[in-house]
Amino acid sequence: MNWHNIVTVYLKELKDSLRDRRTLMSTIIIPTLVMPLLTFGIGKVMATVISRAQEEIPAVAILGGVDSPGVVASLKQSPKLHVVATPADWKQAIGDKKLRVAVELPAGFEAGLRAGAAPAVHVYNYDGELKSDMAARTVEKFLTDLREQTVGARLNERGLPRTMARPFEFTRENVAPPEKVGGNLFGGFVPYLIIILCFSGAMYPAMDLTAGEKERGTMETLLCSPVARVDIVLGKFFMVLTGSLSAMCFMLLSMGTTAAVGGSLMMSGGGTPVKAGAKAARAAVEVMPTIDPLGLVGVLAMVLPVAVLFAAVAFTVSLFAKSYKEAQSYLAPMMIVVIMPAVVGMLPGIDLNARLALVPLLNLSLVCKEMLSGVWHWNYIALIFGSSCVYAAVALTLAVQMFKREDVIFRA
Amino acid sequence: MIIAHQLTKTFKDKKRGEIRAVDQVSFRAEPGRIYGLLGANGAGKTTTLRMLATLLRPTAGSATVAGFDVARESAQVRAHVGFLAASTALYGRLTAREMITYFGRLNGLADPEIKARLQRLSAELDMDEFLDRRCDKFSTGMKQKTSIARTLIHDPAVMIFDEPTLGLDVMTARAIVRFVRECRDRGKTVIYSTHVMSEVEKLCDTIGIIHNGRLCAEGTLAELRARHGEQDLEEIFVKIVGAEDKK
Repeated sequence: MNWHNIVTVYLKELKDSLRDRRTLMSTIIIPTLVMPLLTFGIGKVMATVISRAQEEIPAVAILGGVDSPGVVASLKQSPKLHVVATPADWKQAIGDKKLRVAVELPAGFEAGLRAGAAPAVHVYNYDGELKSDMAARTVEKFLTDLREQTVGARLNERGLPRTMARPFEFTRENVAPPEKVGGNLFGGFVPYLIIILCFSGAMYPAMDLTAGEKERGTMETLLCSPVARVDIVLGKFFMVLTGSLSAMCFMLLSMGTTAAVGGSLMMSGGGTPVKAGAKAARAAVEVMPTIDPLGLVGVLAMVLPVAVLFAAVAFTVSLFAKSYKEAQSYLAPMMIVVIMPAVVGMLPGIDLNARLALVPLLNLSLVCKEMLSGVWHWNYIALIFGSSCVYAAVALTLAVQMFKREDVIFRA
Repeated sequence: MIIAHQLTKTFKDKKRGEIRAVDQVSFRAEPGRIYGLLGANGAGKTTTLRMLATLLRPTAGSATVAGFDVARESAQVRAHVGFLAASTALYGRLTAREMITYFGRLNGLADPEIKARLQRLSAELDMDEFLDRRCDKFSTGMKQKTSIARTLIHDPAVMIFDEPTLGLDVMTARAIVRFVRECRDRGKTVIYSTHVMSEVEKLCDTIGIIHNGRLCAEGTLAELRARHGEQDLEEIFVKIVGAEDKK
């Protein structure tokens, strides 16, 4: 191993890659844009959709209720509901989103109330449809209020205090520090993004530096030089690793900037020009609560061996390919293999244990979730870091061995 | 100086089993002379030359290039060889200057030395005009000149040419042939593979005819003519190859 040669190869590959549009796209541009787009873009869309749904006065149909004019009248008076004539096929109308909900009052509802029977009211909605769900909640709120009024009236009649039916009150309050909440909500998502970007950042330089060189005929030129093959592999490998790490760093930097900009917009919200921005920012900050900065440092450290693993695997696989296209057809399905453990790590309820700590990628995803919410299990962290290093070393050795095989290099 | 002794290379193929691409080839190429390797496509020329340039390891036999063993001292061999083939391309996103400088550095030269040599080579090959332009925009002639400068930057004692005129137009091919002669005149050992008879007739001091991986005839053009009673090299070639196929 000759470090002078490794550096020479690395610097040339760096210069070459910086002139390659595909590599720039996957290692710098996309990672920088992904967070602002996700938070401001999707956040804004979400905020708009929700506020529009909140502004809408839902169309409600009343089934029955002919003998309960009082309830029907107060339903019609409610400013939050828009009672419409009941269509014949009301179920179909809910399905078609022409009607948000239908309320079914049983026959003799008001009479039943007075007699002390417990008549059942049905609310029909379109489950999972945002506007219908919100309308159902409004109707339920109306019914709960009606029930409380009825209880109040009955207690009054009998001269009993209101605390008879409501012996105590309770409230709920979050006492976890905001970064813990953030870690739990967001902790699964950040490692997921990091894993994807690390891999896609390694993918393009790896393909370009191996299969791409074979295809363009420069591999043979390079092998004619007296530099040892180990030095060539390492020089190229460091470039692939640079691609992977730069994708992650640009993503984290832009995430930090997005959070900072979002936060300051929130503070200064008020003036008309800032208002739209502040609205988007509020949505962004809702999606991205504060994260423990120390946790981010921990995540960076844990990602390092995984980036080495990705770089070495992407390198080895694309080295085997004859052309850029062939390499792409090998690496694209690998993306799915990479995403799967990351997705599993995002699922709630899956917690770190000694066995999962040895599963590559899944362990990273789980430990990142913990570190971002300020939980540090040092023995798991050591186990995960150690095992990741072993996997990375194996993959790198494989890459070097692969490069020495002439049937791989001159595969035709 | 190149000495090949019983050089053999076999490949494993899933369908066809073991293939002997090069079979016990022995020859000697002297400094200041051009050794021509003449053979049809797939005869084993490229594999032989790749073994001499240490890109492939011989399965059996041995070879020394500029006094170094290709199997044991491969880095030393490469440091003394300039290898130019139709398949050795340029980095399209680098300029000619960056390309040549890169290979100078890979050969362990210091930057001031590279600069001085590059200046001389550029003047000799008339490259000044496009030295700082990217290689992917070059014409074939410009690419060839850059490749030549790349092979010469470390001033190797041995030059290996593997069908360097493949796919080139007449003028560019002539420039290459002239350059090969210059290498000989400077006292370098030159080995030149081709399937073009006229190039061999014009250029080579010694001719080796290779067929199915075996070196089946060797000698100067005059010797081959006398031995086979033909004037035309093409006729001689067909005779030799035909006799080999009958065996």
